[in-house]
Parts: sequence; structure tokens; C-alpha cells
Amino acid sequence: MWAYWLSVPSHWREIPARYRLEGGICRSCGHTMLPKEDICPVCGSRDIAVKQLPRRGTVVNYSVIWNAPRGYEYYTPYIIALVRLEDGTMVLSQLTDVTPSEVAEGMEVEMVLRKVRVSGESGIIAYAYKFRPLMRGD
Amino acid sequence: MVFVIGASVLKVGDHWEKSLRNLAAEASIAAIRDAGEVDVDYLIVANSLSGVINGQENLGSYIASHLGLIGVPAVKVEAANASGAAAAMLAGSLIRSGEARRILVVGVEKMTDYTSLEDSNTALSTLIDSEYEAFHGATLDSMHALVMRDYMRKYRISREDFSYFPIIMHENAVDTPHAQYRFKVDLNAYITSPLIAEPLSMMDVPGISDGAAALVLSSKDEGPNGNAKIVSSGQATDRISLYNRTSLVEMPSIRMALKRALSRVDDFKPDFYSIEEYSSVSGYIAVEELGLVGRGEAYKLFRDGEARRDGSTPVNPEGGSKARGDPIGATSVYQLAEAYFQLTGRAQGWQVSGARRALVLSIGGLGSNSIVHLMEGA
Ligand SMILES: [Zn+2]
Repeated sequence: MWAYWLSVPSHWREIPARYRLEGGICRSCGHTMLPKEDICPVCGSRDIAVKQLPRRGTVVNYSVIWNAPRGYEYYTPYIIALVRLEDGTMVLSQLTDVTPSEVAEGMEVEMVLRKVRVSGESGIIAYAYKFRPLMRGD
Repeated sequence: MVFVIGASVLKVGDHWEKSLRNLAAEASIAAIRDAGEVDVDYLIVANSLSGVINGQENLGSYIASHLGLIGVPAVKVEAANASGAAAAMLAGSLIRSGEARRILVVGVEKMTDYTSLEDSNTALSTLIDSEYEAFHGATLDSMHALVMRDYMRKYRISREDFSYFPIIMHENAVDTPHAQYRFKVDLNAYITSPLIAEPLSMMDVPGISDGAAALVLSSKDEGPNGNAKIVSSGQATDRISLYNRTSLVEMPSIRMALKRALSRVDDFKPDFYSIEEYSSVSGYIAVEELGLVGRGEAYKLFRDGEARRDGSTPVNPEGGSKARGDPIGATSVYQLAEAYFQLTGRAQGWQVSGARRALVLSIGGLGSNSIVHLMEGA
């Protein structure tokens, strides 16, 4: 059994992005991104600054997963979505606090910190962003 | 010039009693025999998931050892589902440069050493971005599902319109001896197939399989059973993550790879197309990117039977990944070996009549690494 289990260092170094949506902005063309890349995928600039990305966005596209990888069985069925944040940044995330039949393209969502995967009995419990329907009146 | 002088394909499926090395050896021995028991001076192993599934890397030495090719230079080439095509491309340049004269390219994947779907999904999700897609529970299937939903919305086609793809693929595979699924399917089978990542169902993607195929490439046209030429090749990559792409329904890497391959030939009109498609929707996008039909119109090519083996534009005369089977890192060696059999008139039962030229497109990941080989009967 050589299935991929999440390692502690690999999760630890992604914490700024996974816990609080810390991404990057290209100083040359303004493109925003998550995670922060070393080279802008749009203009090729190497001048990328850290940027706190907005926590709200809309669902652009989604799929309901019935056939999960190891470590995600517990959540099945769960929803994977492409979310466009308020500043235009695209992120891929799970949706939470919503059933598949309630999801729609264009739905407004907000980020919450949730458990994403458990890597076996002795493995780490990894938390990261998920998005839930925006609570009106917040 | 680069010639394919021999090839072999093992039946795709569950080979419980055989290991990665057994499969690779069986295909290699058969290909070398097909090429007339020639000596090879280079070994390239095409494989994608051995590190994850079999806990074995350093496949160049590993397979060379088991083949008794001690001292022969050997390396593993990995480019997801296009690993075999990348291996053949590298082999081609080694031969053209004079570094090697005869190269054995063996593609092998042993997927059934994982016996659960969860673990297979884990392995396959190493073909997408691991930290920002797979970490969030995304799978290769779910990425294709996002593309499929976008495709349906953009071109206003229904889920049922994707059924034509597996229907034709399965029809073609009935006559292919080495195919994994040699049975026909119909619209009802498509509609009732379980959803694995909405709107994508089990019928849209390949099963899990083991397989190995091999080619002997040479600088000379010396095959005792006939040979075929690799006339030109082209490769291009795209952003691996979907969230980084400007369009989900386009795969520009295919266009670029095609353009590069065509730039080295005058006029190339294929008699058939071999397309490594991981899903119905990527199969549709592939034929659109190759310019066979307009955007959003791929379903017509399959619905109207033009893509059949005896149609005007044959696509995957052996059944494609869907029905021949898709042992990931080995799949594009299957494609090239099958094209070789077609071009030498040895595809008994699944022959495209009068096939002289083939366009072989291999797509790694979700269009993140595309390779086009143009082949001709010698
Ligand atoms: Zn930029």
C-alpha cells in the first residue's frame, strides 16, 4: 500500500494559503492568484507580492463527487467547485453546508475554515478553506 | 528517419498473476521477436504511476535488469497518459542524433495492485495538481466533470449527446483482440450508468486496468513483418490546474502539438485518427482541436457514424481508452503499436482498410501535456 498520505511539512508550508487565503498579486499586470506563484502565469513577471484574497465569491462551475479518493470517503458525496473571488481570483475548493441539489452556478459563497482530510489513524487532520453559501444579512 | 520495425500489445485488463516487471517483459519479448530478434542499444520505459502504486521507481534499471539488458542505457519517461508518446518522441530524437540505433520502448502500468477504487482515485489524482486540486478532494474524473458541465452549457448539448462517444468506441473494440471491453453499449446503458462525478458517469471514463505494449524503433527500415515511419512529432503543455485556464472547453496544447508536428511535413492527410481520450468530453474536445469538426459539433461525428472504423473519418479503430482500455502510462505505446499494426496491414479484424497514414494524439492529464505523432506506412 503506497497510497499518498498527506505529510506534515507539505501541509504546514501551505497553511497561509489554506487557512486564510493568502495568495499573490503580480505587480506587473495585477493578476491575482492562489497559491502565490513564483512567476505570473499571465504575463511572466517574477515580481509577485503576497496578497490577502477576499473571502467572498461566486460559484462558477461545480461537480458532485460520488467516487472519492482515500481520505475523503467520509464526505461522499461532496461538491468540488470553481469559485471566482470578489477580486476575480479563481480557486478550486469544496463547498460545505449545502446539499448538491441546492448548489447552482452564480451562487454567492464565503470562505470558512473546515476539516478537509484525515490521513489514517496516525496521520494529520488537515484544515483548509471551504466555501459555504453566503449568509444574507451578515 | 525513425522506423517502427516491431511491436506488441498485451490484452488490457486484470493481470492479477503478473507484476509490473512480468508485464513489461512479456510485451518487450514479443516486440523484439516481432522485430526479428534484433539487439537494442537503448531502453525507454513509459510509465506513470509505478511510484505511487507499486512503490517502484528507477524503472529504467529495474526493467533492463529483468530483460537481461545489462549495460544498455535505460530511462523512465513520464508524462501521465502521454508517457508512451513522450518516450517515443525521445527515442526518435536519440535515433536521429545517432546516439542510439535501435530502441526498445515499453509502456507498462500495473493498476490492479490497488484493489480499491479509493486508492485508484488517489493514484489518478497525482496527474492533476496535487496541492491545490487533489488536496481539496478533486479527482481526475471530477476535473473532467467540470469540463463536461462547461461544455454542455457553452454548446447547449445534453448529457445524452456524450453517449455517442462510448457507443462508437465499444462498437470498434468488439473486433479488437487485445481490448479490455469487447461488448457493445447503448443509450440506455449510458443513461443508467452511475454518476461518479456529476455530470460524468462511469460510462464516460475508462476502467482500471493493467497493460503493457512495446515498440522497437530503428534508424533502418529492417522489420521482417513490415515497418512504419514516424514522420514527425510535436508536443506542447498547458497549465496543469483548471483554475488557471482561460477556457475549460479548449485544449490549446493539442493545437500547438499538432502545429509543431505539421510544420515538418508538406501535406499530411491521415486515413485514421488515434486519440487518447480519458473521457467522452476530452474525446470531443480533441477532435475539435484537431480541426475535424467545429466547436461543439464533435458529437455529430460520432452520432452520424463518421468516426466508425469504416466511416469517413475513423477515430480509434481499436476502441480507444474507453473500450480498448487505459493503462495510463502504457496507453500511448498501445496507440503507436496499434497504428503500426494498421499501417502494416496487420490489424486483423480491426483493420482500417487502406490505412497508409495515421495521426496519433496522446493527451496527458487534462490536456496539460499533448503529443502528436504522424505516422506513415513504409
Ligand atoms: Zn502578471
